[in-house]
Amino acid sequence: MLQSRIRALVSTVGLVAGLGLGAGLGLGAATPALAANVFRFAFQGDIKSLDPYSLKESFTIGMHGAVYDSLITRDKDLKLVPMLAESWEVPEPTRWRFHLRKNVKFHDGSDFTADDVIFSANRVRAPGSNFTTNVPADSEWVKIDDHTVDMVLKTPNPIAAYQFSTWYIMSKSWAEKNGAVAPTLPSALSTSYAALHENGTGPFLVTEHQPGVRTVFKKNPNYWATVESNLDEAVFTTIQNDATRVAALLTGEVDWIDPVPLQDAQRVNGSGTATVMAGPELRTIFLGMDQSRDELKDSDVKGKNPFKDIRVREAFYRAIDEETIAKRVMRGQAVPSALLIAPVLYPRAAEFKRPDYDPKRAKALLTEAGYPNGFSLGMDCPNDRYVNDEAICQAVVSMLARVGVKVNLNSQPKAKYFAKVLAPSYDTSFYLVGWTPSSQDSHNILFEIAGCRSGAKAGRGNWNLGNYCNPKVDALADQVERETDETKRNAEIKDGFDQIQADWGFIPLHQQALAWGVSKKVTLVQRPDNMLMLYWVSKKP
Amino acid sequence: MIAFILQRLLQSVAVLFAVGLIAFSMFRFAGDPVNQIVGVDTPAAERIAIRKDLGLDDPVAVQFLRYAGNVARGEFGTSYQFRQPVAALLAERMPATLELALCATLFALTVGIGMGVYCALRRETWLAKLFLAISLVGISLPTFLIGILLIFLFSVTLGWLPSFGRGDTVRLGWWTTGFLTASGLRALILPSVTLGLFQMTLIMRLVRAEMLEVLRTDYIRFARARGLTTRSIHFGHALKNTLVPVITIAGLQLGSVIAFSIITETVFQWPGMGLLFVQAVQNVDIPIMAAYLLLVAAIFVTINLTVDILYTIVDPRLRLSAGRAR
Repeated sequence: MLQSRIRALVSTVGLVAGLGLGAGLGLGAATPALAANVFRFAFQGDIKSLDPYSLKESFTIGMHGAVYDSLITRDKDLKLVPMLAESWEVPEPTRWRFHLRKNVKFHDGSDFTADDVIFSANRVRAPGSNFTTNVPADSEWVKIDDHTVDMVLKTPNPIAAYQFSTWYIMSKSWAEKNGAVAPTLPSALSTSYAALHENGTGPFLVTEHQPGVRTVFKKNPNYWATVESNLDEAVFTTIQNDATRVAALLTGEVDWIDPVPLQDAQRVNGSGTATVMAGPELRTIFLGMDQSRDELKDSDVKGKNPFKDIRVREAFYRAIDEETIAKRVMRGQAVPSALLIAPVLYPRAAEFKRPDYDPKRAKALLTEAGYPNGFSLGMDCPNDRYVNDEAICQAVVSMLARVGVKVNLNSQPKAKYFAKVLAPSYDTSFYLVGWTPSSQDSHNILFEIAGCRSGAKAGRGNWNLGNYCNPKVDALADQVERETDETKRNAEIKDGFDQIQADWGFIPLHQQALAWGVSKKVTLVQRPDNMLMLYWVSKKP
Repeated sequence: MIAFILQRLLQSVAVLFAVGLIAFSMFRFAGDPVNQIVGVDTPAAERIAIRKDLGLDDPVAVQFLRYAGNVARGEFGTSYQFRQPVAALLAERMPATLELALCATLFALTVGIGMGVYCALRRETWLAKLFLAISLVGISLPTFLIGILLIFLFSVTLGWLPSFGRGDTVRLGWWTTGFLTASGLRALILPSVTLGLFQMTLIMRLVRAEMLEVLRTDYIRFARARGLTTRSIHFGHALKNTLVPVITIAGLQLGSVIAFSIITETVFQWPGMGLLFVQAVQNVDIPIMAAYLLLVAAIFVTINLTVDILYTIVDPRLRLSAGRAR
């Protein structure tokens, strides 16, 4: 006690003396009492809320997954495997039966039963939830006994359970006791108990949560399964600044960071203590073109919209050299893509090939379409959303300039960008977006990205900012939604993607690479969905 | 006197009102908060409903008046991103910022005065020239670069000091302090130096100039003639008279140290109010931005008010003119 006071005094003197920086303080290097094996990790963003229905964002979902369990989870290869549901079957196309695991307890000691599943199914679809699409909207949940529960659908749906892996099960009695029965509305004036406290069934407990600063996870000694991780504790901190985050990894103050900026990858690899773990992400970066307005905005072409001409769309596609973007702008940390979906998510993806880069043909097509000298248009681009997003757009601008198209680039922070390009105004002629289908299924692409924005079916074309519209694609999307035979379904999906390509509807660019900085003491699993799952993290003590 | 203070208080309220108004008219250029609140696959209809719920569709004037009314009742709103009361969030982050500002100011004062005195007394030595060169660097290098250079040198290369965060803190009531743990004190050093460097160079140059001035005055010459020791002339007489303007400047600068800790806090991931503000700007968290700007305005207004009042106490002429104005 006295010693530490003296140490503190020495440190204060050192501080005031200012110049004698390190000397006096080397004494104070004593580390606080540590639990046996602590994993420290830093992400550029926050864990804002502990409520698992509050924000659909990969990192946050992964963190909630350390504390909460789902009925079905995804394994290291993204395959669906049992978790709280030991098994399930589909006795008839519209009825799914889940057999729940017995002897599972929530962190507060109460038992996990069918009531909790039904409660969670309702809560996740309530207003204020960010995960309403995870459980089919038309499904009804029926308790058969304490450990059997049925999901009854109105129409057959082969992918009804695809998003169950990020739908975490909460405790009914706990939520009722603490006034957290409904998710918090964005306009709510009071703090939700569930935002600051957790009560899951998962392998870790949260013992401290300061939103935006730090969150401490401790091993759950009563977990129902054996856990691969050997951690006793995991401490999360936000480090927003790129340089500071890399420095923290290099000094060993943290064992994991995300992301490592592209330009720092070599430095991390050269450090000897940490490496960059890179792998393709599920997100596809692509360009879209406004194909709905009769006159293109911010363009010198008056009275018509050049993008309504398929030749112009093909010309744009062929004028952009994605290989160079992947190699130069992305420093090799990107995989050029022929599809709007990552290849791991669609078994027949290998059958698609990206049309060749061909500026001569692009120029010829533009001439044929009546623009021998090109034309000018505006392009919208975020500058803080995807890896090197602004630089990609700049490269696209200069590539299009070579075929005579003058692009006026408008790069903005995401907060401004999305306000401009999303509903209701869809104020853009040419834009860059990155998309991960939350269901991890192609239907999502055919429906939300490439579906007609006619409003005939809620949600269709929600993110189709340029309103590419082909009724054949919509019809195929509806078939895919119902089709339960996998081979047939994959064939229909292929038809859909072929149709989009035949229309030159979009310009897929690449899947950007994940870039985690990982200490050499740590072993973990990097899934392409960019979620860090603590139960797969181990650290050499 | 009371009338003077009342008049100043009214002016302060007007300043705060103006700050709020300017802030609100700028928020709509920051972007759309709704996109930061919801996930990507939220339907457009729901986004529109949230906008409406949050009152973001109302004209700026209406939004501002509603906010001003709430603030008058002590209600600062709820953060969009954290869904917690803004007042509580700011209160939780305030100790970190204030401790950092205090240490930065102490560093600036002690080192600045020490180096300033040395430069004045030993003008021709190479060390004095070195100090002046350093002060030039301190004034001309941007804060974030200094911070990153310090991290690179003392954390990454030498491994002496932590590169981010506050270390372990101790909770005393609602206040959290880093002064009571070794790791907390170690964590304070780099950010304090980064934040205080500009003030330090300012104070050093001020002290040097003032000291040179004072050393030329008659009473110093008389003191020498009386045969006093150099030590007592320099530190008992000259330095004392130098310090009056230094203290004024340091006091006034305290406000800007608190307000401009934003950059230092971002570089060192220091969990203070400035960092909260930067995150709020990125996420268009209007309640936090508004409350922070008001708070900073209030700090400046309070400091200026105090200085004004102190002046009237010190200088009777101001009192007289205030009396006449009545």
